[in-house]
Amino acid sequence: MKLTGSQIVMEVLLEHGVDTVFGYPGGTALNNYDALYEYSDRIKHVLTAHEQGAAHAADGYYRATGKTGVVFATSGPGATNLVTGIATAFMDSIPMVAITANVPDPLIGRDAFQEIYITGVTLPITKHSFFINDIEDLPGAVRKAFRIANSGRKGPVLIDITKDVTAAEMEYKPGKPLPLDKYPKARKKEIEEVAKMINKAERPVVYYGGGVVASRAEKELNAFLDLIDAPSAYTLMAAGCVGNEDHRNLGLIGMHGSIAANRAIDRADLIIALGTRFSDRVALNPDKWAHRAKKVQVDIDRSEVDKNVIVDKAVVTDIKEFINTITPMIKKKDRSEWVAQATEWKKKRGDAQCQEAQLHPKEIVDIACDKTDNETIYVTDVGQHQMWAAQYLKHCNTQHFITSGGLGTMGYGYGAAIGAQIGCPDKRVVHFTGDGSFHMNMNEACTAVSENLPIITVIFDNKVLGMVYQWQTAFYGRRFSATTPDRKTDYVKVAEGFGAKGYAATTPEEFEKAFDAALKNDGPSWIACSIAAEERVLPMIPSGGGIEDMIIG
Amino acid sequence: MAEKNYKREVISILVDNESNVLARVVSLFGRRGFNIDSLTVSATNDPKLSRITIVFTGTDNALHQIITQTEKLEVVRDIFTLGRDDSIYRELLLIKLRADKTARTAIREITDIYRGRIVDLSKSSLIIEMTGAPGKIDAFMEMMNCYDIVEVCRTGITGIGRDLTVDDEPCKA
Repeated sequence: MKLTGSQIVMEVLLEHGVDTVFGYPGGTALNNYDALYEYSDRIKHVLTAHEQGAAHAADGYYRATGKTGVVFATSGPGATNLVTGIATAFMDSIPMVAITANVPDPLIGRDAFQEIYITGVTLPITKHSFFINDIEDLPGAVRKAFRIANSGRKGPVLIDITKDVTAAEMEYKPGKPLPLDKYPKARKKEIEEVAKMINKAERPVVYYGGGVVASRAEKELNAFLDLIDAPSAYTLMAAGCVGNEDHRNLGLIGMHGSIAANRAIDRADLIIALGTRFSDRVALNPDKWAHRAKKVQVDIDRSEVDKNVIVDKAVVTDIKEFINTITPMIKKKDRSEWVAQATEWKKKRGDAQCQEAQLHPKEIVDIACDKTDNETIYVTDVGQHQMWAAQYLKHCNTQHFITSGGLGTMGYGYGAAIGAQIGCPDKRVVHFTGDGSFHMNMNEACTAVSENLPIITVIFDNKVLGMVYQWQTAFYGRRFSATTPDRKTDYVKVAEGFGAKGYAATTPEEFEKAFDAALKNDGPSWIACSIAAEERVLPMIPSGGGIEDMIIG
Repeated sequence: MAEKNYKREVISILVDNESNVLARVVSLFGRRGFNIDSLTVSATNDPKLSRITIVFTGTDNALHQIITQTEKLEVVRDIFTLGRDDSIYRELLLIKLRADKTARTAIREITDIYRGRIVDLSKSSLIIEMTGAPGKIDAFMEMMNCYDIVEVCRTGITGIGRDLTVDDEPCKA
């Protein structure tokens, strides 16, 4: 059967079980969009306000469903608008397939209207990219894109197709998704050495990150913690792996991590790092970090070994495979005293609140949490509210906390929330944002309205760019450079202007009422919560600092 | 943190022979802050593959990073270091000197000793071609510094393992 390039793209997407894509049309993408029209009974296209929102939506869609997000854009500005979304996915190892159209091949390289060398622009933020100017290469490239995005350490792949290829025809031969690349296998001896270190350790701590989520090894991790009888600390990318109330869960690690997590790392004699990369927000000072401990690192990506912190032993393999292999090698050892000690530290929390304020960040997160069920998906933007959400949320499913960790993309939240809600229509999606982040991409409200998505957006409105404001308060002598914009945005009116519902809250009671009302809406709601500009995210260890530098109140 | 023992290593990379490959490799070096001393790209006997040879000076840890980051690129088929003792390194030098009759004889003598060749000659200048291990080229350059050098081109190192069992089995390069 002869099909056009665009139709072949649709067929290969269907081969991969894709039923939803996000994007924005344009001149060079006309053929792709004509095919989307033809295939609209099998592939739902979600039009966003801006391509950045579409890329974040594809990202949020994956994080909520586990299905690879696909985003379409046109050439030139359409493609460049994807860049922040692709970079966000790259930094958090999120599989994504971005399909851009480019000008017809004869015009390539001539600075044609809306021509951009997007494969070049995205070189450092994609796992791989394809420039397709020959239809013969097209089906293979799309299949390879899915394989590459999902193999090993996951990440985004870009396919740039010239417009003439989207119109050209060729015989389409149905195919199947390519098998994923085999991940590196560890030698048994290596794992035995790790088991020996664990069996010897008196005060082990498991420090884990996004690799556990990518490997879908949450269950195995919990069993492993019980088996070796150790407490654990998580990075932002792995919130929810271990139950919030579980005594082995010491909380978030690093700059804004809990006292218990950071202290346990400092006192430990063995750190078992699973699927995590000792980032500068965790090992704030790589020389002093966990200085009493031997360090073991398990990761699927060999280049992460010794990248930020030199470890004593590294195993390069998949986390689930590692845990399954090491389990029979572990000897029972009583570490109840150590676990009890670490658990005791959990009682001390550094969440000083502004005394004079009427509505505190923790109250907002607590109320939102109490009024929603276990199946709720929480999505955040980036900044103070993100850290408050990470610290106070009580969710216990990694797919239920969606946040931009590595890149720290302000403006990520609304697009990601839309992707999550499209992917999980039966779940409630709550989007936490700050007034700074929200001003970046609030335009996606029109998408939420068009799609009638009941996303509840909770705006932590402190009228300042809070995280930078907090640093300026602490380290720059309160010289508030460009963080006090004096904006007069009326969120209730703006929400209504978009066709959404808007609420304002200045007290916990008002917030409860607004949240109750929002829960009953079919479409999107915004709740603007007035909080004090002086609220800080605590505890905090400044960059380059150690546990002794922790600011608690 | 890392030991400050800087070492010079020659790294051989077999890559797919397709457009953009060099950009991908170089973009990675730029992004990760890897500084390289030289880089050569050349064909192999397999038209589907090209070979990139780089010379890199850094710590063991930096070497580990450059190899493990580069091997993740989709276009990289193989990557390995060419150890000093079990590999042959060669480099090509072209050097243009201003030299009249009086200097010419001495230059020719030195060139002969280093097994170079004078490949162009005019009344007032000459061009010498020389291949050899980088150390030999360096030594020759040292000698030439006494003369009036107009221009120097060095290709950078390319290298090959002595062993038959090296990883380039599939291409038998």
